[in-house]
Amino acid sequence: MKNQIYINDEHLRELEAEAIFVMREVAAQFENKVLLFSGGKDSIVLVHLARKAFWPAGIPFSLMHIDTGHNFEETLKFRDDLAKEFGAELIVRYVQDSINNGRVIEEQGVNASRNKAQSITLLDAIEELKIDVAIGGGRRDEEKARAKERFFSHRNEFGQWDPKNQRPELWNIFNGRKHQGEHFRVFPISNWTELDVWQYILNENIKLPELYYTHKRKIFSRNGVYLAWAPFMQLKPNEQVFETDVRCRTIGDITCTGVTLSKAESLEEIISEIAATRVTERGGRYDDKRSEAAMEDRKKEGYF
Amino acid sequence: MKINGKSQNKSLLRFTTAGSVDDGKSTLIGRLLYDSKSLFEDQMEHIIQSGKRLGREELDLSLLTDGLRAEREQGITIDVAYRYFATPARKFIIADTPGHIQYTRNMVTGASTADLAVILIDARKGVLEQTIRHSYIASLLDIRHIIFCINKMDMMNWSESVFKDIRNGLASLVDKLKIIDAHYIPISAKYGDNVVDRSEKMNWYHGKTFLNLIETIEIRKNKNPDNKRFPVQTIIRPHTSEFHDYRGYAGRVAGGVFRPGDEVTVLPSLRKSKIKSIDVLGKTLSETITGESVAISLEDQIDISRGDMLVSTDDLPVINQDINLMICWFNERPMNVGGRYLIRINSNEAACIVKSVNYRMNINTLENDFENISIRMNDIAYITIKTSKPIFFDSYKKNNITGSMIFIDEGTNETVAAGMIV
Repeated sequence: MKNQIYINDEHLRELEAEAIFVMREVAAQFENKVLLFSGGKDSIVLVHLARKAFWPAGIPFSLMHIDTGHNFEETLKFRDDLAKEFGAELIVRYVQDSINNGRVIEEQGVNASRNKAQSITLLDAIEELKIDVAIGGGRRDEEKARAKERFFSHRNEFGQWDPKNQRPELWNIFNGRKHQGEHFRVFPISNWTELDVWQYILNENIKLPELYYTHKRKIFSRNGVYLAWAPFMQLKPNEQVFETDVRCRTIGDITCTGVTLSKAESLEEIISEIAATRVTERGGRYDDKRSEAAMEDRKKEGYF
Repeated sequence: MKINGKSQNKSLLRFTTAGSVDDGKSTLIGRLLYDSKSLFEDQMEHIIQSGKRLGREELDLSLLTDGLRAEREQGITIDVAYRYFATPARKFIIADTPGHIQYTRNMVTGASTADLAVILIDARKGVLEQTIRHSYIASLLDIRHIIFCINKMDMMNWSESVFKDIRNGLASLVDKLKIIDAHYIPISAKYGDNVVDRSEKMNWYHGKTFLNLIETIEIRKNKNPDNKRFPVQTIIRPHTSEFHDYRGYAGRVAGGVFRPGDEVTVLPSLRKSKIKSIDVLGKTLSETITGESVAISLEDQIDISRGDMLVSTDDLPVINQDINLMICWFNERPMNVGGRYLIRINSNEAACIVKSVNYRMNINTLENDFENISIRMNDIAYITIKTSKPIFFDSYKKNNITGSMIFIDEGTNETVAAGMIV
């Protein structure tokens, strides 16, 4: 496929209307509501949709960030600025705290990542703050286990997902009823693809962290994925750090977020690049390469 | 908006696929994604590796859609899986549902949001009970467009007479079920004939290929432009100095077109008012149509809360406590006649009692069963309920949104049934 750019309004308008509908159902059906905010593009789009859903009132959700301590610095500043701009309460919980108080045992070795440990910190925060719904930016096109996910996804009192026993979801009727101690994860942009998200960002003129655009960065290659170098990353003997032009296709914990070699400076260039790419977005996510059912297993444990 | 001189207005088509593993349903979807270049290198690599692990000899495109560990191990589809792909003409959302009778509820779920249904038929076997079942479910959910793919034509020597016999058999089923728009395509999902590319083996077929048909088929989405329906989800009250008196009713238009100045009736109070403004994030709209999420404010201060509905004064929905409907039962615990359930219809909620089961549908033969009327998982039945308060609704045929509801078990909070008002 050549650089086909599909800018159109009809299908994006329908996806937007669906996402706003879901956000409003969350506002109406739950009490203690948070929007899981990672600083990545999907959660930034969620914040934008929440503004649209409730304007001229403010966003009726707190923003919650589960901080692994292994972030790109730019992401944290962007997060703080965004929360301030829209007057949203920001709640941050740290994986480091979970490690310090013995709730999490940190992985060791060169491939060590705190990505999986986030689930425990998240579930602890949900229990501590009596959160009954957490809105996430997960999309069904991202990964095969996510393709089975509901808009309103039930979690039992242990925070677990039971993929084989999910509530059927028909038409646009969402059942958020639950028992004490249970909660829901809600995914308003379930039906969006990566390209939809980028086109929407362009159409709506949504501000993103500079990391998504081309910049010079020190990187190294591991198992065919380029990873950003940071002082806490352990290198294998054959791995060389070098500097080149890259951009992030997704932004998460540094230890498992791959970067893409790219000189794309504008949203238009990024969209051309994505429309032409032959590798999925999560193809650069080291956390999914651990095993065939890596995502399914993490989600059962309470992952995003 | 234009970029690089290209401008397109690409629409969204949601379709559901029904058929069993043996019909080649997953292979068709895999083929569609593969030939339309919507399958990525890492996904391809993944399928190859999984196939090797599971000892499959040929490239097994079904591994793409069967996302859960148990599904891959057992080679079955358990749940609805959603797949996405786009061509320059359209964006597609596929609800891929398992075809076996024990998964009727998944088929109903997948069909509830679909504009179009694709039903696969094995050319060697022709019209089977399951074909009748799948077609019936599509018609029950009021899907107006059905594409019958007669698959495995390669195993029937690409024979035109085989195709014609099956097509004729289907045509009488289509008549019986009053399906408005039916299409028939001879394909081989395995070799790709008539899926994306035209078959060289079946020159006698002059219709569209499968992809070409779904790219061009005209979908009637807005059925009732004049029946205004706006279920209120939540109330927007900013409490800021700039918008001190603003009171917006947030919702998604479920029918018709709304414009500022239009008179509307509020249900259940039956009070009338005029639309003052229609807003979305600082923009005031001159009209809003079915499917759009907006905030509507009215000229008069009326007490309105979640579950209420703004409707056209000259075309009110039915307001009643006794409701007849077709239901599909989803839960392992059978339906309790005389028992109490919660219903949710749009943003409205009420308790109800199941008054009677009028008949159970035999979905393999399309006969009404008046004898065996205990309702178990995957059964479809015609029932009567009484609600705890008057409910406003339309028939499902008139409006899929204001005519559909779910049943919730108050003890377990599970969604136990889907209902379509007759």
